[in-house]
Amino acid sequence: MSTMQVEVVSAEKEIFSGQASMLIATAEAGELGIYPQHIPLLTNLKAGDVRVQTADGEEEVIYVSGGILEVTPKKVTVLSDTAMRADDLDEAAALEAQRKAEQALKDSTADINYAKAKAELAQAAAQLAAIKKMAKRGR
Amino acid sequence: MAVGKEIRDQIGSVKSTQKITKAMEMVAASKMRRAQERMQAARPYADKIRSVVAHIAKANLEYKHPYTVDREVKRVGYIVVSSDRGLCGGLNMNVFRKAMIEMADWDEKNVEIDVATIGSKGLAFFRRTGGNVVSEASHYGDKPSLTDLLGAITSMLKAYDEGRIDRLYVVSNEFVNTMTQAPRVQQMLPVVANDEAADEVPDLFDYIYEPEAKPILDTVLKRYIESQIYEAVVENVACEQSARMVAMKAASDNAGDLIGELELVYNKARQAAITQEISEIVGGAAAV
Repeated sequence: MSTMQVEVVSAEKEIFSGQASMLIATAEAGELGIYPQHIPLLTNLKAGDVRVQTADGEEEVIYVSGGILEVTPKKVTVLSDTAMRADDLDEAAALEAQRKAEQALKDSTADINYAKAKAELAQAAAQLAAIKKMAKRGR
Repeated sequence: MAVGKEIRDQIGSVKSTQKITKAMEMVAASKMRRAQERMQAARPYADKIRSVVAHIAKANLEYKHPYTVDREVKRVGYIVVSSDRGLCGGLNMNVFRKAMIEMADWDEKNVEIDVATIGSKGLAFFRRTGGNVVSEASHYGDKPSLTDLLGAITSMLKAYDEGRIDRLYVVSNEFVNTMTQAPRVQQMLPVVANDEAADEVPDLFDYIYEPEAKPILDTVLKRYIESQIYEAVVENVACEQSARMVAMKAASDNAGDLIGELELVYNKARQAAITQEISEIVGGAAAV
């Protein structure tokens, strides 16, 4: 029986990596079964189970909340999302981040004051240099 | 005996400071280990999606996604990654300095700059120095999750979609090793594909896109940017912890040196007082 390399990862960790004889996932267009030698394919996954039949006949069931399925001649990759994602939720998060920034910078100018930035950075650098010198002298 | 009370007090205060810096050093050391593990754990996804993007770049697409097209630069976006807390040596300052050098360059070319900050130190810095901060994400803690950062990332991607910025960069620390962290600038948009991964697929390669190329590429590229930025933030946390560990070790060592010096002064004063007392007694006895 021929097998293929399957890798399932999420942004925060690796979930599965190994040889498999078949993979079943829920794509946006419907359920997909992938056997070895499948033609290259790229598709979005919906929330649902990814079932991997490993080379030794066992079945791994991995829940994904959406993601991307890539099939290349060499391997099959499932890139799982870490959390439920929806465009309107992303939008809301973006607006929230903008609002927070606006609020924090109410009384600050939009132009960068390079002189001030330089002075501040120089001061910090001098402090660090002084600490280093002290440490060296102590030894 | 009332000799050197002030010095003894001072020694006591330095000792309690040293206790705190020692404790912080140890906390940072254990957090650093976990932060490094998280950094390793984020790698597979980032590597995989990087290779997917490289494959796409090689595929014979009739559709060119805006994220892959270079356009004339009128306004650039910077995402500046910093820590939420201080006491970590020059870590944040190095990032800010790097960002400032880059920004001054753009400024000379009359290119305007939008900034998104991740981490509260960055926000505070730009509040002091000015700068057009359009969005921010902070208080992500020791275990940043993608959800914490999403707002800042999405708002920058939206700005790119709408043509408000023409390039997007991320400035963050690179984890070289425990002792060394180096500030680094990475271009996020337009996407620069790496060629190594492209060799995994044959020439004249293309996918079947199910159902259509455009929405899939949208998702892939968006996830790609998100994962790159997430990786940068996780790496920055690892940098923060190791920088803090090193800084706190230096502080504890300095406190130790200071205590040594103060004790020397104290002992000398005590000796002098005793000597004086004896000589007074001897002098008194001789006079009788």
